[in-house]
Amino acid sequence: MKHVLAVLVENKPGVLTRVAGLFSRRGFNIENIAVGETVDPGISRMTITVSGDDTTIEQMVKQLNKLINVLKVSDLSREPTVVRELMLIKVHAEANTRSDIQQIVETFRAKVVDVSLESMIIEVTGNDEKLEAIKLLLQHYGILEIARTGKVALSRGSKVIKENP
Amino acid sequence: MTAKMKGAAMVIAALEQEKVDTVFGYPGGAVLPLYDQLFHSRIRHILTRHEQGAVHAADGYARAGGRVGVVFATSGPGATNLVTGIANAYMDSVPLVIITGQVATRLLGTDSFQEADITGITLPITKHNYLIQEIAQLPQALAEAFHIAGTGRCGPVLIDIPKDIFEQEGRFDYPRQVDIPGYKPTYEGHPGQINRAVKAIRDARKPVIFAGGGVIRSGASQELRALAEKGQIPVTLSLMGLGAIPGDHPLFLGMPGMHGTVAANYALSQSDLIVAIGVRFDDRVTGRLDSFGKGAKIIHIDIDPAEIGKNIKVDIPIVGDVSRVLKAMIQRLQPGDTESWRQQTETWRREHPLRWEEQAGSPLKPQYVIREICRAAGEEAIITTDVGQHQMWTAQHYCFKEPGTLISSGGLGTMGFGFPAAIGAKLARPEKQVFCIAGDGSFQMNVQELATAVSNGIDVKVAIINNGCLGMVRQWQELFFEGRYSYSSLAGSPDFVKLAQAYGATGLRAATPEEVPGVLEQALKTPGPVIMDFVVEAEENVYPMVAPNRPIHEIMTGGNQE
Repeated sequence: MKHVLAVLVENKPGVLTRVAGLFSRRGFNIENIAVGETVDPGISRMTITVSGDDTTIEQMVKQLNKLINVLKVSDLSREPTVVRELMLIKVHAEANTRSDIQQIVETFRAKVVDVSLESMIIEVTGNDEKLEAIKLLLQHYGILEIARTGKVALSRGSKVIKENP
Repeated sequence: MTAKMKGAAMVIAALEQEKVDTVFGYPGGAVLPLYDQLFHSRIRHILTRHEQGAVHAADGYARAGGRVGVVFATSGPGATNLVTGIANAYMDSVPLVIITGQVATRLLGTDSFQEADITGITLPITKHNYLIQEIAQLPQALAEAFHIAGTGRCGPVLIDIPKDIFEQEGRFDYPRQVDIPGYKPTYEGHPGQINRAVKAIRDARKPVIFAGGGVIRSGASQELRALAEKGQIPVTLSLMGLGAIPGDHPLFLGMPGMHGTVAANYALSQSDLIVAIGVRFDDRVTGRLDSFGKGAKIIHIDIDPAEIGKNIKVDIPIVGDVSRVLKAMIQRLQPGDTESWRQQTETWRREHPLRWEEQAGSPLKPQYVIREICRAAGEEAIITTDVGQHQMWTAQHYCFKEPGTLISSGGLGTMGFGFPAAIGAKLARPEKQVFCIAGDGSFQMNVQELATAVSNGIDVKVAIINNGCLGMVRQWQELFFEGRYSYSSLAGSPDFVKLAQAYGATGLRAATPEEVPGVLEQALKTPGPVIMDFVVEAEENVYPMVAPNRPIHEIMTGGNQE
């Protein structure tokens, strides 16, 4: 099963290496990872999507907690969560297909952020299902290139993840 | 106290604040400024003859002295030579602070002379590490390193310091207290879980205590013994735990696992409650995992939450310092009815003692040598070992009566560990008799430390169990590779007596059982390092044995066993 882990870490050099190294040497699978600063510039938030059974996830969380630079690990899959990812898709588009693509873009509430004679870049944000759906439709026209940010996530409601006191 | 000082002086000042009296190391280009500072210090420096020797010696020093061991080495090859020793300390949770020199900051990342990314290399084998990039980081990093190394589940911490930072000046405020937001070990066990554990012990009919290195590290052997005696629970100790209760205690079943006793393995296999204390369920103990402790509830007490549930599913987890948890448990403990189980384990113990075959005129047997060393060295002696057959015979046949009297490479299984570790142990506990029981293969892996022992007058006695081959490899080749002895012969080894003499140490040899007591007596009478060459039968195997990945009740007792 897929889990989304929110990991608060000290914003120091080498921390990403420590986390990535831990996953690879212990044979844990990372599906994707996104890193960025939090409200506190000294603390970064890693959103790590992983797959594994409950025992494996428990080990991941415990091993992450052992890293000195890791301040807090939360498994967001255990609560209602907003998960989003941004994807840029460069799709093959000529005069005769451009308006069809435009329609798809509108339906998905995506955006066209670049147009050339033979291509368009579409910016789309959403959860996995939405991104996969638009990708599938655009494949019909020929996808030239894709770039994705990796998932970020926040739990719903006013509860926040803070470092341990 | 605030003062401006150079980076090198900060390191020495921090060591003094931490009351470090001995450092093990080897100088080189990038640590020249540090060694220059050390020259003026009262801290004793032991120059080993290889960096691996330094880190193993610091390891032995840390284990024997119950304190943080400190190592200095230079950049590049100096640092990479430490890697085996750091991994060894990491696997066995030994507190070390390792200071390595690094090339100057302006050269970092340019593949400059003697540059190696030692923080990158040691990432998976240190509890934490630091690459200092500004002088201002150094005092805090030093204080954190000692704190992290020596608290919680102990382990090695490395600080890599570029040469120019040793020479830069900065403010030195050594933090008296360290607060690391991401590092808060748990020491007190959860009272609810402790109650559940106490109840489970009361209800158990066939309980067994399985304890290990965590008991030694926590200083909890008295509590362990009290728990066992009050609850009338038989005890088995992992290699790392030997000595936690006396080897001749009536409740002691011996070591479990691959070369464990029949009684210990049967007890774990048939128990209804395994009380696991400061152990990590290594594969050498559990054998085939899915058949380990099948019918048993498992209580697991450990300071490292990540060990709980890692290899074995646990029913009652208790995270905390073993000593504190056991104290709380003993207070509330109500013994269960273990009488018939005790009789059963006693029967196993009586019917399946450790034994070996010996007749008049037969070649010298290693087991006999170990037992003779045990008799001669005395109960309080510290024994270090290398890795292989001699290590297992020591675990089986040496009767360890005090905690901390066995110092062995448990997790990593490092050949070459024993001798430098013995040097470190003797320096930490000069009043103790220190013996290294080595193999002829292992001893040669750090034989250069003879110079360290001789030049510093370090009184360690080395007993080489010399069978002329890599005995454990040979045994596996005999049992699992149809006797194809592929490169396991050590023919061509030196004459260890002459080798000892070449270094200025004393060399002695025994090749028959009759000669053994005399050689040991002579060694104990001789001041300074002594190498004893015990020429033993080459084909002797370690039994009992459980084949790898087999259930631990499937025990091969060998031709010379019942």
